[in-house]
Amino acid sequence: MEVKKRWISLYVENQIGVLAKISGMFAAKSYNLDTLTVGETQDPSVSRMTIGLTSDDMTFEQIKKQLNRNVVVIKVIDISEVPIHKKELLYIKVNSCSDKDKSEVFRIAQAFSLDIIDYSRNSVLVQCVKTEDKNNDMIALFNKTFINRIEVVRGGSVAIEALSLNDR
Amino acid sequence: MVKGTELFVKALRAEGVDTLFAYPGGQAIDLFDALYGIDDMEIIIPRHEQALIHAADGYARSTGKTGVCLVTSGPGASNLVTGIATANYDSVPLVCFTGQVPLGLLGNDAFQEVDIVGITNSICKYSVTVRKREDLGRIIKEAFYIARTGRPGPVVVDLPKDIQNGMGSDVYPDEVSMRGYKPSEGVHAGQLKKALAELKKAKKPLFLAGGGVNIAGANESMKKLVDITGIPVITTIMGKGAVPCSHSLYLGNLGIHGSYAANHAVNECDVLFSIGTRFNDRITGKISEFAPDAKIIHIDVDPASISKNIVVDIPIVADAKLAIDKMLEYVTPMKISKWVEQTMEWKQKYPIKMKECKGMSPEAVIRYINENFDSPIVATDVGQNQLWTTQYFEPSGNGKLLTSGGLGTMGYGLPAALGAKLGNPGSTVIAISGDGGIQMNIQELATAMVYGLQVIIVILNNGYLGNVRQWQELFYGKRYSGTCLKYRKSCEKNCQKCAAGEEKCPKYIPDFIKLAESYEAHGIRIFKEEDIKKAFDYAMQFKDSPTIIECIIDGDANVFPMVPTGKGLSEIIMC
Repeated sequence: MEVKKRWISLYVENQIGVLAKISGMFAAKSYNLDTLTVGETQDPSVSRMTIGLTSDDMTFEQIKKQLNRNVVVIKVIDISEVPIHKKELLYIKVNSCSDKDKSEVFRIAQAFSLDIIDYSRNSVLVQCVKTEDKNNDMIALFNKTFINRIEVVRGGSVAIEALSLNDR
Repeated sequence: MVKGTELFVKALRAEGVDTLFAYPGGQAIDLFDALYGIDDMEIIIPRHEQALIHAADGYARSTGKTGVCLVTSGPGASNLVTGIATANYDSVPLVCFTGQVPLGLLGNDAFQEVDIVGITNSICKYSVTVRKREDLGRIIKEAFYIARTGRPGPVVVDLPKDIQNGMGSDVYPDEVSMRGYKPSEGVHAGQLKKALAELKKAKKPLFLAGGGVNIAGANESMKKLVDITGIPVITTIMGKGAVPCSHSLYLGNLGIHGSYAANHAVNECDVLFSIGTRFNDRITGKISEFAPDAKIIHIDVDPASISKNIVVDIPIVADAKLAIDKMLEYVTPMKISKWVEQTMEWKQKYPIKMKECKGMSPEAVIRYINENFDSPIVATDVGQNQLWTTQYFEPSGNGKLLTSGGLGTMGYGLPAALGAKLGNPGSTVIAISGDGGIQMNIQELATAMVYGLQVIIVILNNGYLGNVRQWQELFYGKRYSGTCLKYRKSCEKNCQKCAAGEEKCPKYIPDFIKLAESYEAHGIRIFKEEDIKKAFDYAMQFKDSPTIIECIIDGDANVFPMVPTGKGLSEIIMC
């Protein structure tokens, strides 16, 4: 059975403790959880989570069932195999920069379409909105170029189903 | 406008609650005040909250109604935890109300505050804190609905003190509408037909009935299904009684302490038609060797129980009774006489039977119960007492076997029996326990006395935590670490006297007979099989108080057959 990356879009009741119920279920059952983001939807009583995880088929089926039987879960949508748009926000702060370093940051930003959103005498703040995999690559690149000088924070992926081609 | 506590009482009445298992405390005092003097609900005050919830559990399992608990915050709530997990595993409908500190103090580490919702998230069907007085009625209604529908289970409703005292609407809703909770209804006809087609082709079909058949009340339907098709049937321990044990096609329990016939039938069948079971590791043995030649069909009301442990070929999500009744419209007798003969040969050649024991055998005690009581309700504790009971007890009529099958909770038996007696005052109720487990909730003798409950408490006293001792004997080189209950500080380390003779062992404590007497209950100690009748006759004369029958049994007696952990079912050890 193939172990691979899966994506779930989860609609849940927007109540206190819901995040604990969902993340707690993953922990209690020893399911691998790579990323989980959550936010209120257009309906304030509903939150939507985007969950990324790595598992085999049988475990993934079980995860979907376990989510479904949770009373706070309104809907489980498996978006692993459907066209989706998926992005993650990543900030990379590069510290102790010389002028040469700064130019290098700008060059990288230009090459990979990243935004420079803040700037000081010695530091540059880069904003990167890409897929999780691309962001991994960016972190690796900055890590290699500016050893021990970067600070990273990332927001986890959000995903939404793509619009149908037939509707265009 | 009424107080939250008044709406609470109104809700219990609307739900038809006739028995409330409750224990007072600081954050439950207002709820108790609202219950003061009411006469349409019996309020039972056990002596420990763990026993309280097991009693509610025994009440629920034996009546089919929802068990209801009310305790205070903090330790009152946390003492429920083991009982909640017990009920969750065995799909028992419970609604547990816990008092809570006022909303403003939540999270302040207030006196007797615990996050009971957080603690119980992973061991109950649903848990919720009521945070707005206007939600109180709806949440209680939902709690009862969630607890008893679909795969039943425990629900925790946490009630902060200011919600209890808050003024608000007196409306208790008639219906629920929850977008996140839709229990399965009906049966998927296509899947069922597919399953029946597979069954029709089978040469060696086998029914496996689990606890779901008993919970759904599908026993008569299950029996009809077996009668019409002529297919042999086996059960899990939770499924025992799904068909009468005397049925000619019944082969016994499968699994770790199941019968030779049942385990071999699983091994050799070509279609395993299973209904209402979780395929727990105690019944499957080594998963890769489970039913190696069989197509597996699985009916269960809980989709998450299907293909969780054993990958099934044809899943059917449905209530057991609905599905079996639907099947009865289609099934016909099967021509499988060779297979049936084979299973009957196993059954006759290798019956479950205990070896000769010194003194008396537990088998004799349990067979006495089978032969001399009409439809008794038997609650077990956990350990050898449970395993022997699930092997030899034959539920009949309205009788039931109440046992903590999933969690394996010591201390379950006595309180569960009390709950069963409260729910079934006309039935003979017997608790079968070991000398270890009985001491985990022995204080409930008081509860039995004060409410005038005739419960017969059989203690199979072997002086050991016998089931673990059995494992130590068989698989740990007789290193009896921590399992001798006669042990005292004065004993030598690494004692193995049980092998050499017990004369020099310290005296067993407590003296269960004197203990019973101190509660104004009754006790009789017996050593020989000839005295079993005398003991039960003695107990039966006390119509409104409990009696302990202490059976001194052989400390070396073990439970067989047995499938060693991690082995396939074919590797069953007979003795």
